[in-house]
Amino acid sequence: MALRTSPEVGGMGHSIKRKEDPRFIRGKGTYVDDVQLPGMLYLDIVRSPHAHAKIVKIDAAKAMAVPGVLAVITGQDLAKYNLHWMPTLMSDTQMVLPVEKVMYQAQEVAAVLATSRYAAADGAAAVEVQYDPLPVVVDPKKALEPGAPVLRTDKKDKKDNHIWHWEWGDKGATDRAFGEAAVTVKEDIYLPRIHVASIETCGCVAHFDRVNDKLTVWMTTQAPHAIRTVFALVAGHVGLAEHKIRIISPDIGGGFGGKVPVYPGYVIAVAASVLTGKPVKWIEDRMENLQADSFARDYHITAELAAKKDGTLTALRIKTLADHGYTDAAANPSKFPAGLFHVCTGSYDLKAAHVEVDGAYTNKPPGGIAYRCSFRVTEAVHTIERMVDLMAHQLNIDPADFRMKNFVKPEQFPYKSALGWEYDSGNYGGALKKAMDTIGYADLRREQAEKRKRGQLMGIGISSFTEIVGAGPSKHFDILGLKMFDSCEIRVHPTGKAIARFGTKSQGQGHETTYAQILAEELGIPAQDIQVEEGDTDTAPYGLGTYASRSTPVAGAAAAVAARKVRDKARKIAAYLLEVAEDDLVWEPGKFSVKGAPSKSKTIQDIAFAAYTNHPQGMEAGLEAVSYYDPPNLTYPFGSYICVVDIDSGTGEVKVRRFVAIDDCGNIINPMIVQGQVHGGLTMGLAPALYEEISYDEIGNVRGGSFIDYLVPTAVETPKWETGHTVTPSPHHPLGAKGVGESATVGAPAAIANAVVDALWYLGVRHIDIPITPAKVWKLLREKGVTE
Amino acid sequence: MIPAAFEYHTPSTIGEATALLAKLGDDAKVLSGGQSLIPLMKLRLASPAHLVDINGIPGLSGIREADGFLRIGALTRESELEESEVVRSRYPLLHDTSKVIADPLVRNLATVGGNLAHGDPANDHPATMLALGAEIVAVGPKGERRVPIASFFTGPFATSLRPDEILVEIRIPSPPARSGGAYLKLERKVGDFATAAVAAQVTIGANGACEHVGIGLTNVGLTPIKATKAEAALKGKAPDEAAIKRAAELAAEASEPSADLRGSVEYKKDLVRVLTARALRKAVERAGSRR
Amino acid sequence: MLVKLSVNGEKHEANVEPRLLLVHMIREVLRLTGTHIGCDTTHCGACTILVDGQPVKSCTMFAVQAQGKQLMTVEGLEQNGKLHPLQEGFMAEHGLQCGYCTPGMLMTSYAFLKKHPKPSEDDIRWAISGNLCRCTGYVNIVKAVQHAAAAISQGGA
Repeated sequence: MALRTSPEVGGMGHSIKRKEDPRFIRGKGTYVDDVQLPGMLYLDIVRSPHAHAKIVKIDAAKAMAVPGVLAVITGQDLAKYNLHWMPTLMSDTQMVLPVEKVMYQAQEVAAVLATSRYAAADGAAAVEVQYDPLPVVVDPKKALEPGAPVLRTDKKDKKDNHIWHWEWGDKGATDRAFGEAAVTVKEDIYLPRIHVASIETCGCVAHFDRVNDKLTVWMTTQAPHAIRTVFALVAGHVGLAEHKIRIISPDIGGGFGGKVPVYPGYVIAVAASVLTGKPVKWIEDRMENLQADSFARDYHITAELAAKKDGTLTALRIKTLADHGYTDAAANPSKFPAGLFHVCTGSYDLKAAHVEVDGAYTNKPPGGIAYRCSFRVTEAVHTIERMVDLMAHQLNIDPADFRMKNFVKPEQFPYKSALGWEYDSGNYGGALKKAMDTIGYADLRREQAEKRKRGQLMGIGISSFTEIVGAGPSKHFDILGLKMFDSCEIRVHPTGKAIARFGTKSQGQGHETTYAQILAEELGIPAQDIQVEEGDTDTAPYGLGTYASRSTPVAGAAAAVAARKVRDKARKIAAYLLEVAEDDLVWEPGKFSVKGAPSKSKTIQDIAFAAYTNHPQGMEAGLEAVSYYDPPNLTYPFGSYICVVDIDSGTGEVKVRRFVAIDDCGNIINPMIVQGQVHGGLTMGLAPALYEEISYDEIGNVRGGSFIDYLVPTAVETPKWETGHTVTPSPHHPLGAKGVGESATVGAPAAIANAVVDALWYLGVRHIDIPITPAKVWKLLREKGVTE
Repeated sequence: MIPAAFEYHTPSTIGEATALLAKLGDDAKVLSGGQSLIPLMKLRLASPAHLVDINGIPGLSGIREADGFLRIGALTRESELEESEVVRSRYPLLHDTSKVIADPLVRNLATVGGNLAHGDPANDHPATMLALGAEIVAVGPKGERRVPIASFFTGPFATSLRPDEILVEIRIPSPPARSGGAYLKLERKVGDFATAAVAAQVTIGANGACEHVGIGLTNVGLTPIKATKAEAALKGKAPDEAAIKRAAELAAEASEPSADLRGSVEYKKDLVRVLTARALRKAVERAGSRR
Repeated sequence: MLVKLSVNGEKHEANVEPRLLLVHMIREVLRLTGTHIGCDTTHCGACTILVDGQPVKSCTMFAVQAQGKQLMTVEGLEQNGKLHPLQEGFMAEHGLQCGYCTPGMLMTSYAFLKKHPKPSEDDIRWAISGNLCRCTGYVNIVKAVQHAAAAISQGGA
């Protein structure tokens, strides 16, 4: 895209420096734990050591004797206000504090309110809880077997642990295609539980002001407006009305989907503040964060892929078991219990596909959030990219050639997928070719062949993913009934500076910068002159928040549309000032000039001043606009990644030697920020591919519940990412942009897994579930007779 | 994560410290670098009623070669070891080890003495000191005594230090010419304990045979392990590929790992074999370059 | 127990419980909230500060242990209204996103560059391996440190 503004204006395409950085590099950000109010109380939470147990007795006597402890709050206390249960985003129910039994290890059991953080911790340690252990169900397959203990005994009619069955696609056509296929491949793929592990954990400061009857909550949330509405709906019966609730999402230390849900701690803190009239702070520690906050993935997938003899792919069939823990607290749009998993035909022109997913309850924490991806899209991408690779190897066709042959071709866009999505634009072959050229694919294949002769293990893996982001069109997309639009409100001040507010909330993505750039592009007001604000529900327009890569596709579009409304009014004022008809004016970023007389012009700053000082009679003063943007379609970012790994045959270690990522997110707002998003996304793709997992033993004890065993990669494990891009604009987005924050997390794991399998295929290895640990690789190598 | 309350003591002499320890008994813990103890206290897996902070006692820190020993003060920080020229040039095994303990920030506080006195089989120095044949200098109310490292580790998180004793120094015999060593650690990521690690130290005689062999194993048993059979198998032999392989197999046999998230018993034993062979090769190579 | 220490050149004293973690003293007693907390197990490095010039994890030290010590936090990097080259480098190279790990990264890098003014990329990666970042993928943090190293060698600070 050609630059339309100068670097000083800093519109789209300029790598301007971030406006949020000056406070962060000075340590002057304001994160939730930095909020300190006079008289503030602290909350600490007692958690269950058992995965499934009846609560016999909670004895608070010793805790109450700890100096500084003011109260021990239990489910019984909340039950008096009917606040012991709350709805989940998927219209299931979740305990705030239990009355009868706990359903997973680390579940909240009671809360201690005290005058200091240390007293609250002492109080929590002193609460004595007597449990009566119940049979634990950890494996979702066993959960669905006849005779399995029914976990949700709170649901009167529930006779099993099956939550829902969901299917999509043409089953008949798919089965027929498999019947006719010359070649089929089938694989079980497990995507384990992982956790976003943003470096800032979750927490809040709830302050109920009894004088003004107003509740203000500073909280780590990616979706402040929706939270306000949820609070009003859940706590309306105890007198919290929506106009008396203010949610402030301050600086957020990483979100990645983990700060979308409402966790019990928030609710308890709010209840404690309402009851005491004092500010109450609750900040979870890392172990609580990993063990109790929403998990991601936990999909047990069985996939089959069919092809003709010549390698033309024809059909995909998937059955999946989704382990949701004890309640379905996934963060998905209401209509899609498995999220957008049915984008699983990926970048390939398949004629038929069918997907089935069943949800199961187990004695694990709830969740089903994204881990830096749009709803269940990594699950989809990992499946199709593994399966395509499997088929290519099976047919002994180079995986790159095989992809090129089966890609949806550029001329097929807009492309209707076999599962009903309308892909907006793409050039999959272009991205793959660029990745191959960048990494020197042919040379690497030669090197691999030579090394194999010497017994050295080297693999090359490709992932050519298609994402689906920017939820979403109101016809299909809502969360708890709230349509998934987003918003921008712009006010241009008399001196030509502006403030813009949004319904989204940055967690590090750099919205204060990129939104200002969009407005700079559309209005010609320098990005430096535009203040961007988000996260305060008392001031920002309503929006559904930042997750699923929706900020640029939805709120970014709202910014463009609102700016164009401002421009429309500016044109009227300019025509008045220049005494010409509106049609006689030509716009270039920053000014209107008269057609054929370019010296006769008015800058946006002139016009802004006139809007308050010299506006046309009959026109309202001021220069502002608001847009609630309802996207006509989702956007489909894509890319091709190539990864080279070397495997140590003695230890099983996998070393990522090179990783080239070519992304296409349509038109780019700030190349520096886009590259940064890709770097971060790749690292969060590397992490589950090789390191991170949360698992449970047979009695439901969590493994990987602290940073001791939850292995967030450091700079040493992380390779030096090589990035690049192609540009295929979205035809329906006002800026041609698509969103990029999650692409790399979605696309990278398959590239790494494919590289490892590529290295070991000749030994007979067909698949390895992630995380691909040294121990797993070693086991495969020894089974295949490879040793050092 | 908030530790339980405790009383804090800051003795300024060894005498004061050991007297305090004698008085307080099991209720007290010595605080040196704190990088193992404080995390345990935050998790409330340890809640000592008294902490005896020995950091204010002068003379417990420093690295010097004297009387045929490398003498390391117990309070010497791991980062000092890592940056020490004498360690880098003359004790490559120790230098290797100092670079892979925890992470660089932890190493600025963590102490060599603490790493040993904690008695954790997953810590890195124990295997290294076993391979180097170090001795521990401990001081108690009754005075100083020296403990050979081979008899220092008595059980999981247990050492032969008496409750009223403080580890004050580690002495490593200065290696003769043609000595070399290496520490190889497989960790899942920086900051992790070893899945398995091997410390190897060799001295090659004029005839090309191994005059001295030391092999220590990290985190593959309830205590740090000195692989004595492997050492004996290599001693007196030329360190050729066959001899190294045999020693590596014996080291693997000496290991007694348990399965955990890092891997199975079989995996860890095989890692010991692989890492021992690699560490020995590297040690021999280094010995060759140090005439 | 009375603790006297100096932070960023300013003297402070406070009466604290021996168990008060140094990070809590800095954040909640002295109200210097640039130093963050990200884990319980001494892994993340968000709380990194300098104690007598050495970068350490202030969540794994008691405030009483800092008795008489010179501390430096992220708030002490800027001098007389002039940003430190590392701060400039992090902005110029997009070495931060959410900003939460940034103060720790800055303090670790600050001490590192004092000892290693001309580091290789590998040196930098090892040096910051006690600090976790979830946003940037580290590539730009490495560049930011290189940027600062170059600026310092040209007399920037």
